[in-house]
Amino acid sequence: MVKHLRKPEVRHPGMRQNSLGLTRRDYEGSMSTLCAGCGHDSITSAITQAFFELEIPPHRAAKLSGIGCSSKTPAYFLGESHGFNAVHGRMPAIASGANAANCDLIYLGVSGDGDSLSIGLGQLCHAIRRNVNLLYVVENNGVYGLTKGQFSASADVGTKSKRGVENRQRPIDPVLLALSIGASFVARSFSGDKAQLVPILKAALTHKGFAIVDIISPCVTFNDHESSTKSYVHTRERYHEVVGADFVPPAEEITADYDAGATEGIRMHDGSLVRFHKVEENYDPRDREAVYEYVSQLQNEGEVVTGLLFIEDSTDDMHDILGTVDTPLVDLPMERLVPGSDALSELMESFR
Amino acid sequence: MARSGLDRTNDFAFKIGTVNGTGSASANGLLMQAIFRMGIPVSGKNIFPSNIQGLPTWYEVRVSRDGHMARTPRFDLTVTLNPTSVEQDIAEVVPGGYVVHDSSWPLDESLRREDVTFLGVPMGQMCVEAFEGARTRILMKNILYVGILAALLDIDTEVVKGLLREKFERKPKLLDSNFLAVKMGYDYAKEHFEPPLPLRLEAMDETGDCVLMDGNTAAALGCLYAGATVAAWYPITPATSLMDRFQAFCEGYRKDPETGKNLYCIIQAEDELAAIGMVLGASWMGARSFTPTSGPGISLMSEFIGFSYYAEIPAVIFDVQRTGPSTGMPTRTQQCDLLLCAHASHGDTKHILLFPADPSECFKMAVRAFDLADRFQTAVFVLSDLDIAMNDWACPRMEWDDSYEHDRGRILSSDQIDALDAFHRYLDVDEQEVATRTLPGVNPKGAYFTRGSGHTKFGGYTEDSDEYVEVVDRIARKIAGSADSLPEPILVSRPEAQIGIVAVGSSDGAVREAIDRLAERGVQADYMRIRAFPFHDSVGAFLEDHDPVFVVEQNRDAQLRSLLTLETNVPQERLVPVQYYGGLPLSADHVLDGVLPHLGELGEGGEGEERAGGAAAKAAVDAGAARPKVGAS
Ligand SMILES: Cc1ncc(C[n+]2csc(CCOP(=O)(O)OP(=O)(O)O)c2C)c(N)n1
Ligand code: SF4
Ligand SMILES: [Mg+2]
Repeated sequence: MVKHLRKPEVRHPGMRQNSLGLTRRDYEGSMSTLCAGCGHDSITSAITQAFFELEIPPHRAAKLSGIGCSSKTPAYFLGESHGFNAVHGRMPAIASGANAANCDLIYLGVSGDGDSLSIGLGQLCHAIRRNVNLLYVVENNGVYGLTKGQFSASADVGTKSKRGVENRQRPIDPVLLALSIGASFVARSFSGDKAQLVPILKAALTHKGFAIVDIISPCVTFNDHESSTKSYVHTRERYHEVVGADFVPPAEEITADYDAGATEGIRMHDGSLVRFHKVEENYDPRDREAVYEYVSQLQNEGEVVTGLLFIEDSTDDMHDILGTVDTPLVDLPMERLVPGSDALSELMESFR
Repeated sequence: MARSGLDRTNDFAFKIGTVNGTGSASANGLLMQAIFRMGIPVSGKNIFPSNIQGLPTWYEVRVSRDGHMARTPRFDLTVTLNPTSVEQDIAEVVPGGYVVHDSSWPLDESLRREDVTFLGVPMGQMCVEAFEGARTRILMKNILYVGILAALLDIDTEVVKGLLREKFERKPKLLDSNFLAVKMGYDYAKEHFEPPLPLRLEAMDETGDCVLMDGNTAAALGCLYAGATVAAWYPITPATSLMDRFQAFCEGYRKDPETGKNLYCIIQAEDELAAIGMVLGASWMGARSFTPTSGPGISLMSEFIGFSYYAEIPAVIFDVQRTGPSTGMPTRTQQCDLLLCAHASHGDTKHILLFPADPSECFKMAVRAFDLADRFQTAVFVLSDLDIAMNDWACPRMEWDDSYEHDRGRILSSDQIDALDAFHRYLDVDEQEVATRTLPGVNPKGAYFTRGSGHTKFGGYTEDSDEYVEVVDRIARKIAGSADSLPEPILVSRPEAQIGIVAVGSSDGAVREAIDRLAERGVQADYMRIRAFPFHDSVGAFLEDHDPVFVVEQNRDAQLRSLLTLETNVPQERLVPVQYYGGLPLSADHVLDGVLPHLGELGEGGEGEERAGGAAAKAAVDAGAARPKVGAS
């Protein structure tokens, strides 16, 4: 019998607080029920950290997911945020509707490679196309964890399942897919590299528009064996960071002493700064075509390309495109929405 | 030219057969509107193909001084302008009727009938002579037949001209050519046919309190007045125009005066799975949200509909029914989604359904649907159909009471949340069967995790039998208990009624007419029009009180009867199915054809002779497939 487990409420007096007076603990959720060592749990921890560091009031965030081991994780962070565990592959629709109704919240969607690239592929593509203001995390393990290890659409050619079956279908790569259909923020990281992941998540949360972060997240139970390309060992071996990111919040920027020439940065719409550390000299994370070519070439060579791979600074999100008011629609009183009796009788005359 | 001594003034039907895409819709609308403005009860049925250009299309107009608005399959006059349908058009006219045709080309002699009068007008030729350009000539030919009919049927030409003036206020050139076309048709008919025909119109005062509107427009208006802000959809006939009209109303009434920005958000989704997901996301967030669709869309939405039911998220779904199964006949009407919607999604589910019978009810029920969805925190379906949604109906004006308070249901404010020890999403503290909900972003104490997986009354995940059962049992009680809050059935009683009839939605007009015609034969019927599911207690009582009860519906499998059998204690044999599912709007003939064979001696009294005319053959063809299969005992 699985129960909703609450974590014991112990507070260490020395715990660091953010400006809201909240500790990292206040950004946690209930106890994880995933397998020990599952990559998804590390991502949960990075998400918790990112929200804590960004000092987001938890109730001003909404966390959404589909179905899968990965999609269970929103229960394990942000216990004071509303959560929505939707149906399999349909989180983008829920996120789009929720965002349409209330543009003021911070939206985080968590999905798996099965949830995103098979059953939910259409919804993912269309959420990108609408440019919904949402951080979309793919916890990518190459398999369907929750249904016991079938290959997902992200499994690489030649990968063998735990039972020795070889995958011969070409993968759908979420990064290349997102680049090709116009996502405005595309990154890849690894559940085992928190130092890289947390700043990427922070930048993605600050980005206005659709931000997708594909995170290699090994499934220790079904896909961490030798012939897997989504295992801890393989990922570490072929790990290739092309561009790292630092996230500098608006307030800190003035005081911090940056060597402006040495690193490039991009200004986010809230005034914060994302600085790039480019490992590759000529890499430009703003050149979509070049990024696509570069990433696909390295991937063909078997590299796991990571980093804040692409960012487009000023884009119109769903609300800009649809021309909705700045006030969240949920905050509009009925008086502003209902035209009233006079308008109706007048209107009736035109149907005579 | 009189066919019989009977007075046919304001009591006849005519039909216009044209080619889809040739612009006849505006001419037909003009005719309808002119008759409507003459104060005469009128109904129009657009019988159109699932195609953009080229296939046959018909517009049927019925005028009825008695106010019978249902379709009639008997046409006293036809205007036949489509070579592909001319044979059928001529065959369908009742003996003694009239055929108006384009005599620019000789009519195939084999199509001539002795028992009808042919009125040839060289319409094509006249338009070639009077107008320039192929498109204009085609369009003006439509207006020309308006003129011909105005003369033949005695339509008030001042009314016609007035309508044209309103329409082409800013396009004087078009107005001139329209006027000319009307005049040409009118004059030709005057000169050659000694009008008016015995089928004539005479001004009445019966439509003053009415508007001429289609159900989708009315439903869209309801959504506007319900305060809906987020609408998501995927285009599908016959639901599309609902969203088109909502968009148009929003552009008129929902702009922020300062910024010009939208006080609404319409998302054209990638499919219906996404559309309903967006509705749930928006409703969960606290907006009023809806999606219009038709049967195929409901099939796709099913998984999320179950989510709405179990996680208790409001949603308003308009199912504008069309002919199924599968793609079926997309431009034909049916009431074929009753069972689908009542139990949409896997697992034990049961949903609230509303059945509007005309556009006025589409408006009222749309507003009501949002209140009910919020009140009961669940999906509410408004089941209209193509006939209601896409045809213009003369129906009561819609009204709004400014003191109306929308029922947003049990949503806690931030202060109310603060006052609680703890918030638990599904805890039924006061035995109202509906728990309180909180909206995201309002108060950290109100946070909860919405899930479609097993949950306890506190909102937590569970796989425990008792905890699961506790929640689903409450939901069952909640939905069952909603019956009293739904639109109550409408009962039309007659003294000493011998039989009962029940129906829903757009069957109403045909049933009422059939009841009148039964009365002419000496058979008295009580009638109950059910307006919502789960059924009100009075539904079961009505069935108990009548034997037999005819259940009239527009589907093959007697879906309403099945629901009645499932939900009441009435023995199945008592409910006699009367079905028509050929896709055309229901007519009184269909109802009578289903009822009469079961009445034995009771139904043998003769009908008015006028009604027993030669069109019976056609009526039998229409109804042929729909004969009841289960005999009444
Ligand atoms: C409509 C539907 N079909 C199938 C399933 C069964 N199912 C649950 S999770 C899952 C795959 C999840 O894979 P992924 O998104 O990669 O998540 P992971 O468990 O690997 O984190 C499937 C097929 C379902 N829940 N719903
Ligand atoms: S099965 Fe795999 S993905 Fe699921 S919890 Fe276990 S390790 Fe994680
Ligand atoms: Mg997976």
